[in-house]
Amino acid sequence: MMLSCKETTRLASQGLDRELAFGERVALRLHLAICIGCRRAGRQMRFLRKAVRELAEVDVRTNA
Amino acid sequence: MPAPDDFRAQLETLRPYLLRYANLQLRDSAAAEDCVQEALLAALAGQAGFAGRSNLRTWLTGILKHKIVDAIRRQAREPVLQEPGEGLEGSEGLFDGRGHWAERPADWGDPDGALEQAQFFRALELCLARLSARTAQAFMMREHLGLDTSEICKELEITPTHCWVLLYRARMVLRECLQQTWFEKQ
Repeated sequence: MMLSCKETTRLASQGLDRELAFGERVALRLHLAICIGCRRAGRQMRFLRKAVRELAEVDVRTNA
Repeated sequence: MPAPDDFRAQLETLRPYLLRYANLQLRDSAAAEDCVQEALLAALAGQAGFAGRSNLRTWLTGILKHKIVDAIRRQAREPVLQEPGEGLEGSEGLFDGRGHWAERPADWGDPDGALEQAQFFRALELCLARLSARTAQAFMMREHLGLDTSEICKELEITPTHCWVLLYRARMVLRECLQQTWFEKQ
């Protein structure tokens, strides 16, 4: 069963918050292998995490 | 250990940073100031706990995090008004009826360069302000405070499934918003 892009992004998001089950990881990888849109969305969600972690530091850095 | 007055002065220099940190999470400047004040008092009382540690800011932020979680817990006990658009914002419209992208996400290239620009963080904050209060709260607890889902569920009194929906929604809205307000313009 192939996941839709909607299901894939939902699962990719959950993958940032919980351990995915084996079947979920397989389904996710199968879809990502053929879908550039979902690969980009996944990268962007990981980038958001990084950006938000740095958010509080910005003023410190720019005022330094 | 520094003299109490020196220590107090060192703490004070960190107040603006702490306020910013608390405001990002609480979006309520009065509540944020209370948290910072409590954290500074706790730090003064617990100066001995700092002895030997290298980074005052890290230590203080750790204390502040606990105060923020307490404040969130108090907020969560207050009756929640039904938020307009709850359940509607987010992934709707991004996908067609079969769950495929209505418009495929753009390539952000190597986005890390944005992290060097103060302007980018302004854009990010404006995007965060577009999230509904509850969605933003869950998202910031996860990504800013670094709490795990079970802690977020407990403090907000929601189920894990609800929590994942909020986090997914936040990520999709922010992705779309940054695309429009930042990456598209680079």
